[in-house]
Amino acid sequence: MNLFDFFRKPPSKDVAKDRLKLVLIHDRANCSTEILEMLKNDIIQVISKYVDIDNEQLDIQISQSPTPGSKESVSTLCANIPIKNIRKVTS
Amino acid sequence: MGEVIVITSGKGGVGKTTNSANIGTGLALAGKSVVLIDADIGLRNLDVVMGLENRIVYDLVDVVEGNCRYKQALIKDKRYPNLCLLPAAQTKDKDVVSPEQMQKLCEMLKEEFDYVIIDCPAGIEQGFRNAIAGADRAIVVTTPEVSAVRDADRIIGLLEANELNNPMLILNRLRLDMVKRGDMMTIDDVKEILAIDILGVVPDDEVVVISTNRGEPAVTNLNSRAGQAFYNIVHRIMGENIPIANFDDNNKFISKIKKMFRIGA
Repeated sequence: MNLFDFFRKPPSKDVAKDRLKLVLIHDRANCSTEILEMLKNDIIQVISKYVDIDNEQLDIQISQSPTPGSKESVSTLCANIPIKNIRKVTS
Repeated sequence: MGEVIVITSGKGGVGKTTNSANIGTGLALAGKSVVLIDADIGLRNLDVVMGLENRIVYDLVDVVEGNCRYKQALIKDKRYPNLCLLPAAQTKDKDVVSPEQMQKLCEMLKEEFDYVIIDCPAGIEQGFRNAIAGADRAIVVTTPEVSAVRDADRIIGLLEANELNNPMLILNRLRLDMVKRGDMMTIDDVKEILAIDILGVVPDDEVVVISTNRGEPAVTNLNSRAGQAFYNIVHRIMGENIPIANFDDNNKFISKIKKMFRIGA
């Protein structure tokens, strides 16, 4: 490896591999954007009972993350939910 | 009792027909009796790849519809002993054949032949379901490209849903120069993504185009890298343990030595 390799883009085959891995998670889960959208709406409804969340900024996606202590990676559902205000539950 | 093997891929143009022709011919050269079935009704091609296009009288649809006995439709390849082709119909609709009819045909043919090799059409519709209906095992062909690998994954899922478990993979048209530059996925990359056993790797070799031009499968030319790759695939199908050549060798010193002795490809 020479010095200039540091500034180069990653090899295209690694880009291909990463993109494929992600697309296959969706394919295998048979998880269409439609289903993901429904899931997102349900999550918003449930969480909104307890906290005020920023619906616009909410982001949900399926990705791969490594399992601790192993090379294997698992599919995870990542939800990024910005909270505006914690609501006090009135019972 | 023979074995029915379907050769499939999902995506078109990755080399199903070429692989079918070479595997069928290779098995025949190894002394097995083989029948090749072109299941791509409406778009027949295996006949022309095999160089048998001038000898078609009856086809798969004629057999299934009972217009002739199956033996009348089989074209005997005069060059190789024990090799027959059952061509696809060119003019008829693919929906005239049902999975049950294909299954029955395969049962009949495997009584008589050691291997029944089915060239599956591209796609996942009726033609695919017909082609896999009578199969005992499946071979998935892919190239190291994102679209082909994605479709291969889909096909593997569909095969397993149809109880064709543990399909094996042929990685076709691998370009060593691109692999060395890091611009093409390697055998290990594809294996990792698809989580499937590799049956063989066929390097991108102009011999395949030349031999297809002539209607003589590349496996008959063992001096070519592709011919050698097909030979290895055929013998692995027959149960021999031939290690997969390592094409991922990045060690320049070793590759140079290998080049000097022309090994490892």
